[in-house]
Amino acid sequence: MALSREQIAQRVAQELQDGFYVNLGIGIPTLVANFIPKDIEVMLQSENGLLGMGAFPTEDEVDADLINAGKQTVTMAAGASIFDSAESFAMIRGGHVDLTVLGAFEVDVNGNIASYMIPGKLIKGMGGAMDLVAGADNIIVTMTHASKHGESKLLSNCTLPLTGKGCIKKVLTDLAFIEIKAGKFHLLERAPGVSVAEIIELTQGELVIEGDIPEMKFS
Amino acid sequence: MSGFDKVVHSYEEAMAGLTDNMTIIAGGFGLCGIPENLISEIKHKGTRGLTLVSNNCGVDDFGLGLLLPDRQISKIIASYVGENAEFERQMMSGELSVELTPQGTLAEKMRAGGAGIPAFYTATGVGTPVAEGKDERQFNGRDYILEEAIVGDFAIVKAWKADRYGNLVFRKTARNFNPMAATAGKITVVEVEEIVEPGQLDPDEIHTPGIYVNRLIQSSFEKRIEQRTTRAAGE
Repeated sequence: MALSREQIAQRVAQELQDGFYVNLGIGIPTLVANFIPKDIEVMLQSENGLLGMGAFPTEDEVDADLINAGKQTVTMAAGASIFDSAESFAMIRGGHVDLTVLGAFEVDVNGNIASYMIPGKLIKGMGGAMDLVAGADNIIVTMTHASKHGESKLLSNCTLPLTGKGCIKKVLTDLAFIEIKAGKFHLLERAPGVSVAEIIELTQGELVIEGDIPEMKFS
Repeated sequence: MSGFDKVVHSYEEAMAGLTDNMTIIAGGFGLCGIPENLISEIKHKGTRGLTLVSNNCGVDDFGLGLLLPDRQISKIIASYVGENAEFERQMMSGELSVELTPQGTLAEKMRAGGAGIPAFYTATGVGTPVAEGKDERQFNGRDYILEEAIVGDFAIVKAWKADRYGNLVFRKTARNFNPMAATAGKITVVEVEEIVEPGQLDPDEIHTPGIYVNRLIQSSFEKRIEQRTTRAAGE
């Protein structure tokens, strides 16, 4: 079975480490916050100028001056700090954020990512995504493995305008956990019940399979 | 009082001197921390051919989106413009020119503009459409592109509190682009919720020193929320 959005978030959360500063993109990445293991401390960075993002507010706590990068009302966790946009992107560009999780339309074997524009259809802008992929060393891309029409999103070459070049090393899809190195995809794990053959079928770029590929584990 | 006193008493006075085809830098992220009354004044004034530099362009009936129906904006430099139907229409028809700019690059362009730095190198955008036509150079084996600073004829800023000298304090994430915008205007106009006397703000807590501010006006704000997201109490 392909993973649900929640299961993708849950698997990403297993990559979090105690003391990590983490930036979560909009969509599935945002859900990762719901699965942070109870025994570790993680601080969430929101690029509009908040480090230490808390839960959504109750109706009484709503504050128009306190939002996240998705423009949703939020709260601040204990130990939070507020800063301006230049400071926020100094953190991001300076490589101070330990893990960035973001969505994409396409990723290719050279670690290129396309996530912000579909010419003629979707031209909303890159927001902070280009800064995040250029600035972070440790990035996990979350997306579905293929489109609704069965077209692979893991390609030998991205076809859409790029968000970043040669910057992606890990991709978690609804079918597989994949590492990118030396110009190839490497299959690390498969979703429970999904066969290696199904993953090969839906991966257009070169995919290396070494030994037995374990299933993802969810506790 | 004069000298360092930056207070003006009408919006007309606040935006005096704004003429067609000028460049305006605006603070705000989404609808949070936007200079909403200064934007309304620009709409009221009817100034046209403007270049707007702002992270976003508001929504159809609030924020910078208010300047779209009368076609007051001819160009916008922004990182994300997705929340606005009229914006999309004008962009697709070519009436509005859009320069999509990565958010960190946009913040840095304003910061550099205000700090007298004409351009800077950044890794953001290398190998993407953003790099087209820009100088590229390697430092320590990595590729970077040259991005130019931005200075506005006007900067419009929303702060929380100020003293009469224009020392500013921002509140929570309504700070965002406002401090950089404040430095990058030839004329910087700030609207605030409260103005106090000099000496009443703790100097250690001032986010933007008054040297950057030319005009200051007190007003009230709607502070519209774009995505009201809540949890049940006790959850």
